[in-house]
Amino acid sequence: MLNRRHFIGTAATALAAQSLLPAWAQSGRQGNRGLDPLTRNQFDLTIGRTPVRIDGRAGHAVTVNDTLPAPLIRMQEGEDIVLRVTNTLDEWSSIHWHGLLVPASMDGVPGVSFPGIAPRSTFEYRFPLKQAGTYWYHSHSAFQEQLGLYGPLVIDPARTEAQSYDREFVIVLSDWTFADPHRLFAQLKKMGDTLNYQKRTAADLAADAREDGLGAALGNRAMWGRMRMMPTDLADVNGAQYTYLVNGHGPDDDWTGLFEPGERVRLRIINASAMSIFNVRIPGLPMTVINAHGLDVRPVTFEEFQIGTAETYDVIVEPKDRAYRLVAASIDSSGQALATLTPRLGETAEAPPLRPRPLLTMKDMGMSSMMASDMATPAEPGMEGQGHALTYPETGEPGGTMAGMGMDHGDMTMADHHHPMGAGVANVAMNPVSRLHEPGLGLERVPHRTLSYAQLRSLRPNTDRRPTEREVEIHLTSNMERYMWSFDGVKFSEVEESIKFYEGERVRLTLVNDTMMPHPIHLHGMFFDLVIPDYDEDEDGERYLPGLHTILTKPGEKLSVDITPPERGDWAFHCHLLYHMHAGMMQVVSVLPRDDRPPLSEIGAGPPQATHPAETPVKHDMDHGEHGGTH
Amino acid sequence: MRTAFLIGLLAPLTLTPLHAQEQSDPPWEAADGVYGPEAMREARSRVQNENGDIRYGLAMIDRLEWQDTEGDGTLVWDVQGYYGGDINKVWVKSEGDYSLTDDEVEEAEVQLLYSRAIFPYFDLQTGIRQDLEPDGLSHAVLGIQGLAPYWFETDAALFLSEEGDLTGRMEAEVEWFLTQRLILQPRLEAGLSAQSIEERDLGAGLTDVSLGARLRYEVKRSFAPYVGAEWRSRFGETADLQERLGLETDEVVVVAGLRAWF
Repeated sequence: MLNRRHFIGTAATALAAQSLLPAWAQSGRQGNRGLDPLTRNQFDLTIGRTPVRIDGRAGHAVTVNDTLPAPLIRMQEGEDIVLRVTNTLDEWSSIHWHGLLVPASMDGVPGVSFPGIAPRSTFEYRFPLKQAGTYWYHSHSAFQEQLGLYGPLVIDPARTEAQSYDREFVIVLSDWTFADPHRLFAQLKKMGDTLNYQKRTAADLAADAREDGLGAALGNRAMWGRMRMMPTDLADVNGAQYTYLVNGHGPDDDWTGLFEPGERVRLRIINASAMSIFNVRIPGLPMTVINAHGLDVRPVTFEEFQIGTAETYDVIVEPKDRAYRLVAASIDSSGQALATLTPRLGETAEAPPLRPRPLLTMKDMGMSSMMASDMATPAEPGMEGQGHALTYPETGEPGGTMAGMGMDHGDMTMADHHHPMGAGVANVAMNPVSRLHEPGLGLERVPHRTLSYAQLRSLRPNTDRRPTEREVEIHLTSNMERYMWSFDGVKFSEVEESIKFYEGERVRLTLVNDTMMPHPIHLHGMFFDLVIPDYDEDEDGERYLPGLHTILTKPGEKLSVDITPPERGDWAFHCHLLYHMHAGMMQVVSVLPRDDRPPLSEIGAGPPQATHPAETPVKHDMDHGEHGGTH
Repeated sequence: MRTAFLIGLLAPLTLTPLHAQEQSDPPWEAADGVYGPEAMREARSRVQNENGDIRYGLAMIDRLEWQDTEGDGTLVWDVQGYYGGDINKVWVKSEGDYSLTDDEVEEAEVQLLYSRAIFPYFDLQTGIRQDLEPDGLSHAVLGIQGLAPYWFETDAALFLSEEGDLTGRMEAEVEWFLTQRLILQPRLEAGLSAQSIEERDLGAGLTDVSLGARLRYEVKRSFAPYVGAEWRSRFGETADLQERLGLETDEVVVVAGLRAWF
């Protein structure tokens, strides 16, 4: 029987759900047929607290204009923009325009580029738009981003789009928790593995023993145990705490996008999560990437790709006359965000079950070539896969393969570690390698096409082809047991000097991931050209390195990017996993006048012209046979 | 005697460079020219503290259990907690037991320790241990606590009593995940003494060993009831003393209790 109370409750719920979603984020069921092409150059944004409903459950969010996600800001390249942001909270707030090339004073990072937006005050951002593409914006204060303060930002090009399409949707991926993020963070500090409900158990051991033999299975456990590492540690906060959202909709609410069969549909996919890396696929529907991080790229078609936190990829899909399910599975397979693309409301496709969680390997410890060297001959092309095989030592003696470490690496380049060690640095990658040719972590064995960074080429040639004059090497460091995260062993709270770049110089930034986790590393205020080891230039003599604002570094990886700092000022540089940043994985890059640069003899001359001369590019193919995906 | 003892104890604390920060140049300052050095200084210090310098506290009931030794019931507690940052912390630990049969606290002690992370996986701890029962003895403590290879949680400490006696204690426990929530936890505890201390029935050398296993079910990660069993034995001179008193040197106890933290 329907009583009055019930009726009011239902009506209020429906109303609340409706008002919480901006037009672009509404489901097809709520009348959304694609993006509104209207662009403006003035926006009023109000930061506040709003009750929300996620999959029918009530929570509280920090929002912009009372919506989760925040409104779509759609603008036109070349315009002068004014954004008036009013903070109604009792705490400091901020908005950072992720990927936008703005003056440093408008970049929106409290304590770095401006003081922040004080409680109950208004701050006016003003800047000219020098670029087009898909971006996003989010709070850079405390945990406000985790609590809901993020939204998409689309800039239409002054000229025509490089690719034609008939319809477009923004797909904002995010992670929602009903828990207090401060509390989650404290739990990670107290017991770093507390949120991992995918630890390896006795049953896993039995299964491994059946497959690999008891000795090998025990040896593998012993190896990880000796290092006090967990091969299942791929996401600190995961599906046990998170509901993964598409445009503010939980999997049960199932955001729906409507298309006409035969249309070319552009999906602007933004990973606006606080802590989640996703594997994105639309079973039965290949995706063609046309834009990465806001910049147009040469089309590449694939069935699945990994999107790091804060990255954006625009893909074109050409759906047939049937429904599809978009799946964004968290990197550790602990949960997934779901949405429907369909020609008709009410029609949907089955969501695939979660895949078995992937396991980290020796390669993720930065020891892959070391293992290969143990196999008798020194590292040579094609030996990578065998390095993997040694994840499960066949000798059954856990000490066997490890004992060879530290010697017998003859001609291999060992990583230099100039940084302080101490309690905050539990491990270093002894022999980090280039992994740009690999797909995302855990996607090595999927039976279809995947995207790797090395496949990306910018659509337009790189404007700066000067050789780099000097190299700055930064190590990503951690002690996972203490949940300490840092650059070069120094937490942000302990930083006494920023990293110095000089205006207009060509500088190579090399990142070495000494940790066992992937990190999306973001540098504000500039794009960097990703250096792809076996690629120099095209047939036309031009170079098409992709320009990125964020790079998802794999464990045990060493990669380089080349930068021409365009604008003076202090720019935040940090891991975009919010809790890693909060733990100290942050620095500032100061871009100073060129005249202030000390002689190169003092700060180090440029790198050799080949990125990593001692290494051969990692071939990605099925020779990852023994990778731990099924264990 | 006791005052001097306490001063000696606290001396290492004053030597610790808790915050040896001097006023120096700001690490970056480009925005000072736009928004003023005052506003930026405050914001800079806020953002740096917010990202890396986080204080937090843990309260952990490692064991709160009922033990049964052939009909004699005992309540045992083993709790610890800390407050501090990544490197420096203040720890409080307490353990003891209460005999249900005799209705009295048999042993009780409290430790107050300063802890410093000196290795990636281990903290050096120093401070004071105050026994409440069976006697009000004070000890200076020097210990090391952390995670050993193969996931062994270890806590080893030396105690120098105000009487000048040196004793030691070592605990190690490990967790084996049978399922994501059902966990078997073997636990080893051993006592050492540098000399015989007759009023405490201790002989020189290895004094006693407890070896047990607890099977807990994590309703939440932070809340888990358990059951288990423990074998205890006295060794060497301590065992001889025990035998002379007509007491058993070996015993097996059944335990049931709760592990919780917040």
